[in-house]
Amino acid sequence: MNIIKHRYIYFLISLLVIVPGIAALIAWGFPLAIDFTGGSVLEVKFAPATARPASEDVIALYTAHGVKDAQVQTSGDDGLIIRSVEIDETKKEEIVAAMKTTYNADVTISQFTTVGPTVGSEVATGAVYAVIAAALAIILYITFAFRGVEHAFRYGVSAILAMLHDVAVVCGMEALLAHFLGWEVDSLFLTALLTVIGFSVHDTIVVFDRIRENSHLYRRIGFTQVVNHSTVQTLARSINTQLTVLLCLLALALFGGVTIRHFVVILLIGVFSGTYSSIFNAAPVLVVWENHEWRYWFNREKMKELLK
Amino acid sequence: MKNNTRFILVLLFWLIVVWAILPNNPGIHIGNFNRTMETQLGLDLRGGMRVLLEADLSNGQTLTQQELEDAKTILLNRSNALGVSEVNFQTSGGNRIVGEFPGLTDTSSVIAALKEVGQLAFVSTGSTYLEPGTKVNVSYTDMAAREAAAAGTIVPTNTAAATETLAPTATPDSAVATLEATAAATEAATAEPTAAATGTTETPTYQAVLTGTALKSVAIGVDNLGKYYISFVMNDNAVKVFSDFTTNHKGEYLAIVLDNEVIECPVINSAITDGKGQIEGSFTAETANNLVVQLRYGALPVPFKVVESEAVGATLGQESVDKSVLAGIIGLAMIVILMIYFYRLPGLIADVALAMYVMTSFALFKLIPVTLTLPGIAGFVLSIGVAVDANILIFERMKEEMRAGRGLRQAIDLGWKRAWPSIRDSNISTLITCAILFIFGGQFGATIVKGFAVTLAIGVFVSLFTAIVVTRTFLHVVLDNLKFAEHPRWFAK
Repeated sequence: MNIIKHRYIYFLISLLVIVPGIAALIAWGFPLAIDFTGGSVLEVKFAPATARPASEDVIALYTAHGVKDAQVQTSGDDGLIIRSVEIDETKKEEIVAAMKTTYNADVTISQFTTVGPTVGSEVATGAVYAVIAAALAIILYITFAFRGVEHAFRYGVSAILAMLHDVAVVCGMEALLAHFLGWEVDSLFLTALLTVIGFSVHDTIVVFDRIRENSHLYRRIGFTQVVNHSTVQTLARSINTQLTVLLCLLALALFGGVTIRHFVVILLIGVFSGTYSSIFNAAPVLVVWENHEWRYWFNREKMKELLK
Repeated sequence: MKNNTRFILVLLFWLIVVWAILPNNPGIHIGNFNRTMETQLGLDLRGGMRVLLEADLSNGQTLTQQELEDAKTILLNRSNALGVSEVNFQTSGGNRIVGEFPGLTDTSSVIAALKEVGQLAFVSTGSTYLEPGTKVNVSYTDMAAREAAAAGTIVPTNTAAATETLAPTATPDSAVATLEATAAATEAATAEPTAAATGTTETPTYQAVLTGTALKSVAIGVDNLGKYYISFVMNDNAVKVFSDFTTNHKGEYLAIVLDNEVIECPVINSAITDGKGQIEGSFTAETANNLVVQLRYGALPVPFKVVESEAVGATLGQESVDKSVLAGIIGLAMIVILMIYFYRLPGLIADVALAMYVMTSFALFKLIPVTLTLPGIAGFVLSIGVAVDANILIFERMKEEMRAGRGLRQAIDLGWKRAWPSIRDSNISTLITCAILFIFGGQFGATIVKGFAVTLAIGVFVSLFTAIVVTRTFLHVVLDNLKFAEHPRWFAK
């Protein structure tokens, strides 16, 4: 089996997924949740369920209490999720009391969250720093762990490239899904993204480990063959691990409840992308780097020879 | 170590784990080491409230780490006084405190109470004696004037307040301001209760002379009659104010008010010019000590404001627990089936190791203890995947070695040996991510991110243990005692 031969096809597939996602991200942006922008989310349940008011009524009620631009979303049969600018405790009590009398229903608060705007932007900055810090730490570690092989630094950089690939896939997908399903980017999404980063590198290292081992065993055959050999050898493991993790996540997505569904779906996409990028991006990048292939990208004859 | 000895050790370990996760576990109490061994559920699972408080440094105040720690202790004392159980406060970053109130969703009353946690004041009540426990309003409008007077500057008459008096419907506050405006120059009797001035029956308002920040140190003493008293020393910059005041108001009452409630209402017996004084009253050792604690810790170093709050109803929490448990069971069942399908006998043994992995992690969550949150559970489920990965790596290597013609026993040993570097390096990289997530989560009080990182990290450690020690031991014991070597199909060769 020759996996590495078709490396440019895999890069193309990656681009086909990433480009639309990034385009969506640029066009529509990330709808940021109150975790980042600041604001309040009030989730209430109405009893009896028939007493649940229409969205316009709730928006009107908020406006009447001096809170403009509230957004209302239904949840389940009897619940409403209302997003608004930051409101304090007193205002919340006031609104809930008004709901009780206006709609003549028993109103219970399932969730109430308020975030000040400064905290939100700090979270976002913190996340960026965390990713940079994690990437640097991982490059350092891989360079150290692969110090026995030639160009250990390349392994670290390739692993980070594959990781960036996964970040791009996840963010792009999130932008698309957010646009069509009305999801919001919240701190759970951030947690999922950071997990994907961890998993991505974990998976890449398993493939690289095999290259490390084989490059000592087979000194005669070319580097491209060693890389191909290693990816084929780890393929069964990659697929089996991938299946078990995906099934685990699928169970969480289907039965784990609405609260974490968004989180789990992002993990599903990320874990899949993580395995894909280890086999089809990280390992081929090593080969591209070894051959300095970018010099011959416009040299048809030479490329044909390299891709044999 | 012989395989059988190993096996017995693993079994013993398992027994301890099983004991640890028993629901009616009595807890561990050895010396100072106490653990209730109860499952700690996070607020999102059991319902409750989380508040992020930030020091309000808008007046150019500064806050040291020690002051933040003090504020945390004070808030904790306050919350306990509110009768809320299991409250947890943590400092976060340089100027924030995260408060968690499990089982509590009545956010407004708690936040109101926390926000009120603020000022200790020495309040001038003139000739009125106030019973401890009386509610009063404290106005701080006089303080600046007094400080200025003490510093020797000329205090201009407060014209703004003076104009307000002309308004026929003067509110109690502006009435006080008026008294202040006229009185400040003469330092005459400032303290007429506003209630009397306006003729209403509202909570009376009194002028503060000094706040708790003026206290340098507080201690309990016993006089020669065996009576308890509390001695205090003022800060240097408060000495003059206090001296001026006590000189001019001898024989009057100076109430000690904490968060608008009178704690004690001592009379000024003599002028205190050196900033050292004592409070006498009918104290017992306990009440004296309580007062000292309140004097010492009663006032927050700076005001705090709520920048984030989150409340989850108990029903929603219970729903989440039920669903995650169900999802976990289904996920595990899937893995068990897949592993047996992929690897036959080793797969079955890996499943046993996996069961042990789940139990050990759970026991550790109870022992440490780790508060389980929704993302925490997700992190745990994901770590099951990591645990399986270690087994898969080993078994794939084992298969390869068998295909290369090695005997079963040799294949097992080589499989472990060859798979180890990849397991080690990949898990270390996951641990690096965990550590960074943990630090990142701690920076801004995102407890969910921290919870996720902790459960994932524990999962990684335990999975290494079960994959390397448990699966291997069991496989060897099975091989030693049964003639499976004659049935290569059981190993999916």
